[in-house]
Amino acid sequence: MKEKKQNRHVYWNPYFGGFLLGILIIVTFFITGRGLGASGAMKSSVVTIVDDVSHEHAEQSAYYSKFVNSDKSPMKNWIVFETLGVLIGAFISGALAGRIGWRVQHSPKITRRRRLIFAFSGGILFGIGAQIARGCTSGAALSGMAVLSTGGFITMLAIFGTAYLFAYFFRKNWI
Amino acid sequence: MGPLIPNELISFEWSSIIAIIIGICFGFILEASGFSSSRKLAGVFYGYDFAVLKVFFTAAIVSLIGLLYMDYLGYVDMSSLYVHPTYLWGAIIGGAIMGIGFVAGGFCPGTSLSAVAIGKIDAIFNVLGIMVGIFIFSELYPLFEPIYNGYFQGNLTLIDSLGVNPYWFVFILTVGAIVIFAASDMIRKRVKKVFY
Repeated sequence: MKEKKQNRHVYWNPYFGGFLLGILIIVTFFITGRGLGASGAMKSSVVTIVDDVSHEHAEQSAYYSKFVNSDKSPMKNWIVFETLGVLIGAFISGALAGRIGWRVQHSPKITRRRRLIFAFSGGILFGIGAQIARGCTSGAALSGMAVLSTGGFITMLAIFGTAYLFAYFFRKNWI
Repeated sequence: MGPLIPNELISFEWSSIIAIIIGICFGFILEASGFSSSRKLAGVFYGYDFAVLKVFFTAAIVSLIGLLYMDYLGYVDMSSLYVHPTYLWGAIIGGAIMGIGFVAGGFCPGTSLSAVAIGKIDAIFNVLGIMVGIFIFSELYPLFEPIYNGYFQGNLTLIDSLGVNPYWFVFILTVGAIVIFAASDMIRKRVKKVFY
């Protein structure tokens, strides 16, 4: 019998995952009045590191000073705890499915090194963009859409629209 | 009745614990849906895997319908929920930069964190990159400030800006999503399969 070629890992049905994610967003809004987020915790980490290295610099900067507060650490924040949860939850799911392991995932057509360079530079762009738009795919686009935020819809269209426009230039990395 | 914490039906001290529990569910769903794999995520831009599109739009529509129902039944006051503010050009330019970052790096912050949790080294590089990006933005803040704070239109919803009826809007959005899902399946059948 001919063996059918398939991907190494099998994931949830996307509609099932999306349905559960939608329910989770409802629960989050119902309990906290706000949505989910992800890039916020990375901002808190950057602010904390800068504040530790040079407190003076953090206080003088027009951007860091918004988040530095003498009696409360920026790490004691709802979004930081939520992000710790994300790491735990993803680890549990990966462990149950046997997906844990140190590896670099890349197309066989590119080298490991090239993949890491692109992952890093893509991250830099994402970090800058998420600050300008005041949120990333989770905080601005997804949670924004759940309450019909105009800004959320615009951010979503801009992210996916531009990614499709530029996909051609990065095709060697993926296909 | 809701939201519970702002209305003090659950005391504020619980908020960190609730944050961790919600985060665990979020991380579990992301990982189990395959969002810890950059090659699966990138499939949406090349037509070989539409998981991102399906998960993202299903979640958006389920949450929208659910919140509208809860508002209608009086369980939650939709006007007391936090609405992401609209800074017109910040959303467009920030979104565009994120879009390029997405297709170059293969991750967005949430998916990247879920991939870090299972040991993906490319995701660790991506998270470090995001932090460097935030650092660059903060250091050059005076340069970005006009776009960051400018063109502010308030915490607008589509009901305000387009003058649409929310129920009709969600109905049309849902029908549109079903059409897009069906179209994405047809596209995927014609595109060369990619195994990862």
